[in-house]
Amino acid sequence: MATKLPATDVVVVGLGWAGSILAHELAEEGLNVIGFERGPWRDTAQDFNIASAPDELRYSARQELMLRTRQNTVTMRNNTSQTALPMREWGSFHPGNGTGGAGNHWAGITYRYDPSTFRLKSHLIERYGQQAYNDSNLTLQDWGTDWDEMEPHYAKFEAIAGTSGKAGNIKGEIQEGGNPFEGPRSGEYPNPPLKQPYGPTLFAKTAAEMGYKPYYVPSSLVSRAYTNPLGVTMGPCTYCGFCTNYGCANYSKASAITTILPALIRKPNFIAKTNSEVHRVTLDGSGKRATGVIYTDASGRTWEQPAELVIVAAFILENVRLMLLSGVGTPYDPRTGKGTTGRNYCYQTANNAQLFFKDKNFNPFIGGGAVGMGIDELNNDNFDHSGLGFFGGGSTRVTPIGAAPIGNTPVPPGTPKWGGQWKRAVKEHYLGNMSVGCEASSYAQQGNYLSLDPTYKDPHGYPLLRMTFDFPDNDMRMAQYVTDKIGEIGERMGADQVVKTPRTRPWNNLSYQSSHMTGGFLMGSDPSTSSVNKHLQTWGIPNLFVVGASAAPQNPGFNPTGTVGALAYKAADAIRRLYLKNPGEMIG
Amino acid sequence: MNKLLMTLLGGSLALTAATSASAAGSEDGYGISTDYDTVQKGRYIATLGDCAACHTKEGGKPLAGGVALATPFGKLVAPNITPDKATGIGNWNFQQFKSAMTEGKAPVGHLYGAMPYTAYTKVSDEDLRAMWSYLHTVEPVENDIVANQLPFPFNIRMSLIGWNLINFNQGEFKPDPKKSDEWNRGAYIVEGLGHCGTCHTPKNLIGGDKNSQFLKASVLENWTVPDISPDNHKGIGEWSKQDLVDYLRDGKNKFDIASGPMAEEVTNSSQYWTEKDLQAVATYLKEGSDGDHQTTPPEPIASDDNRMQPGGQIYADRCAGCHTPDGKGVEGLFPRLANNSLMRQDDPTSLIRVVLAGSRAGSTDAAPTGPSMPAFGWNMSDEQIANVLTFVRNSWGNAANAVSPSDVAKLRDSMKND
Repeated sequence: MATKLPATDVVVVGLGWAGSILAHELAEEGLNVIGFERGPWRDTAQDFNIASAPDELRYSARQELMLRTRQNTVTMRNNTSQTALPMREWGSFHPGNGTGGAGNHWAGITYRYDPSTFRLKSHLIERYGQQAYNDSNLTLQDWGTDWDEMEPHYAKFEAIAGTSGKAGNIKGEIQEGGNPFEGPRSGEYPNPPLKQPYGPTLFAKTAAEMGYKPYYVPSSLVSRAYTNPLGVTMGPCTYCGFCTNYGCANYSKASAITTILPALIRKPNFIAKTNSEVHRVTLDGSGKRATGVIYTDASGRTWEQPAELVIVAAFILENVRLMLLSGVGTPYDPRTGKGTTGRNYCYQTANNAQLFFKDKNFNPFIGGGAVGMGIDELNNDNFDHSGLGFFGGGSTRVTPIGAAPIGNTPVPPGTPKWGGQWKRAVKEHYLGNMSVGCEASSYAQQGNYLSLDPTYKDPHGYPLLRMTFDFPDNDMRMAQYVTDKIGEIGERMGADQVVKTPRTRPWNNLSYQSSHMTGGFLMGSDPSTSSVNKHLQTWGIPNLFVVGASAAPQNPGFNPTGTVGALAYKAADAIRRLYLKNPGEMIG
Repeated sequence: MNKLLMTLLGGSLALTAATSASAAGSEDGYGISTDYDTVQKGRYIATLGDCAACHTKEGGKPLAGGVALATPFGKLVAPNITPDKATGIGNWNFQQFKSAMTEGKAPVGHLYGAMPYTAYTKVSDEDLRAMWSYLHTVEPVENDIVANQLPFPFNIRMSLIGWNLINFNQGEFKPDPKKSDEWNRGAYIVEGLGHCGTCHTPKNLIGGDKNSQFLKASVLENWTVPDISPDNHKGIGEWSKQDLVDYLRDGKNKFDIASGPMAEEVTNSSQYWTEKDLQAVATYLKEGSDGDHQTTPPEPIASDDNRMQPGGQIYADRCAGCHTPDGKGVEGLFPRLANNSLMRQDDPTSLIRVVLAGSRAGSTDAAPTGPSMPAFGWNMSDEQIANVLTFVRNSWGNAANAVSPSDVAKLRDSMKND
């Protein structure tokens, strides 16, 4: 039985990027805010010591920064005819844990979605016709917002994160050296681009010769010392190569712990409750008002924390699970396509071409998650899809994240898996190996969705989240197309061997693909097909905001963190500017 | 040393009669003011004086005492100065408070020099009155503190009379008419309320300030307290006024980030000083109180020295990632080592300490980051630490005596007991 605590103004569930942003913005407003985090307090000074942070076994192999599957996991299956089984070890994706969340171990790649993304369904029908859209068998939706509404919030997030890059489009003017497919930005990136190692440099040179427009991958590993608008200081990236899956010891990688929490935790009206796991949002008898949350603290005691305003920002998986456990919205039904909670679960279609050179040295141990060069001609609807039989595409990049010794033993196909020949091959190919990736779109189809598992439960007795997913035909055709294209670039770069790996079905948990899961609690303008309005306010429960990648109706060929940050600022702006003056539904 | 001390202690016994404190006395014309401006002023004076540094224990009630000070003579615990009648200063009158502040004479007997009355003696009557009024607005807390936990013979308070004869010049601050008002305000804070010399001035054998070497560096609780005189090599001669203001207000400037006890000072006190007071203190510290501050720096140890070479290699491997290969660091995050007087102090205790045990910078509202230096004591030997520090102390415009492995070993050993 939960013990009821004195009420507060705001509870925020999750202290990763989205939750920390909301908590900070609302604490700025003078509200009393309690932030809940199921994992520990993490902080660069204590947790990511330069003398011990670059530990591949601890952080990459043993996944210290990830959620423990013993605490909470998901069950998975490819379609409704199968029985889902729990993931007992993270493979395909890496949910984070602790303050900073997945923002501690992310790569730092900080895209804005392009303008067409926010109205994808309308855009495709306008360009290719209703029939072509129907033939795709996709269940795409518009976001109910647009570029102009999103732009200021992207800019705010980039300023907080110190994003380093080169603009491709400032107020409609295309900028040399930037990504010309970007939407019109209000200004340049806060910091100049990172320096580039040889791999990305060779890629960009070749791509330019082929007529592509290479650009610097926008990076929230900062290129120079930077103090953000909250007064928090970051140090320049050292290209140390212990980046994705690691916490940053140099204060270079933007995360809530390096950009927001040092300022937020000083505020007397903010309290962080760590190692405290929220189980559900409580609703009043009418079901039209959230009254607080139920959580269990580190000692195992369960409490009810009442609040006037409830913000759920607990990563896509837990956002959707909490809504299902709390009875918010109608669970999605894959047979009828009706219902909203769990709808349009999408992933990322990660493709790759690995290049082996005999005569080149890429020094692959130099790198960082967002160090790299990209091209965007193959992304989203940046190329004509007429007659191709698919929609979508991906951002094509060379981003050497650092090739640490346990996980990086590149050998060409056909090499024995062990023994002297394998060792010789590793030695021969380590320095001359690089890869071109294509982080491609994942579009919704009726059978992919999130629901509660009927069998498996967490240690508190609550059902786990069940993921029913496989890549749609559309995305498989897209994967083949873009991988052929990046293979061509690899050939032109002069690789002795190009190993193309387009994503194939069935989706499985055997190797890492991407942590970019989206959907399940969608943003939109129609309450029958979406869960939150464009202010991230839940339809029918105006004091409940659900923020994160769960809001994306489908996933474009971009990493989502920039958009998660922008959505958090968008929600905070609406609450501060509109909701607090007139609490209630902001869109009738 | 013992002989000298015993002489002093012996001498002091003869003077007992002079020190007996009077009982709570009559109204002395300085009652407690409840006027808002006076109390607010008093709060600010208490902040300038950083009373909380010793009288507020971490996690404890404000000014209820309990912070233990490790002196070379033993342990002293700062008493409860809330207006609680039984265990605080609730039964004192203003005159008693003034005596404690300016003469080191409290109703309990003579105060030890850890209470910086040798500096506070310069505080004006008006400021003392405001502070007195403010202290009566603090929540009274019942917290009985045994302040004097010194071993014999230092626990005999009467021994302090002899101490005073040598170390104490009583009297309110007298402005120097040859100097500007701003300089005089700075002097009033630095020499008086701010009691900077309490830490920054070298101590004589019985713990008194060597006033001829005012602010010329000391060592306390295994920290080097650096020279903050205007000396161009070891002092703050190369810092601009703005650098000093930035440091005191934000805990950082382009040279350094406050850590250790100075981080506490910035956090509790100087980040709240007014701009005018910050400027005044900077003016005073830059000008100093007397003539020439140019000293001829020593020659750096040659780069081919057999300590410098391995030191440079260790620097490249372990330090350069943050402090940068040219030693310039990152402002506000990784302190600059190049051409930095803090690297050139005669006593390298702080440098050894932060390499051995790490250190976390203070954080302020203006600079909330609070970065840290990691500990390397667990994976670097005494010789490696000595060499890398010798390298840092003699590179990029620095020049100072070498650090020896035995210096490191000694501190390593002493910190085991911390």
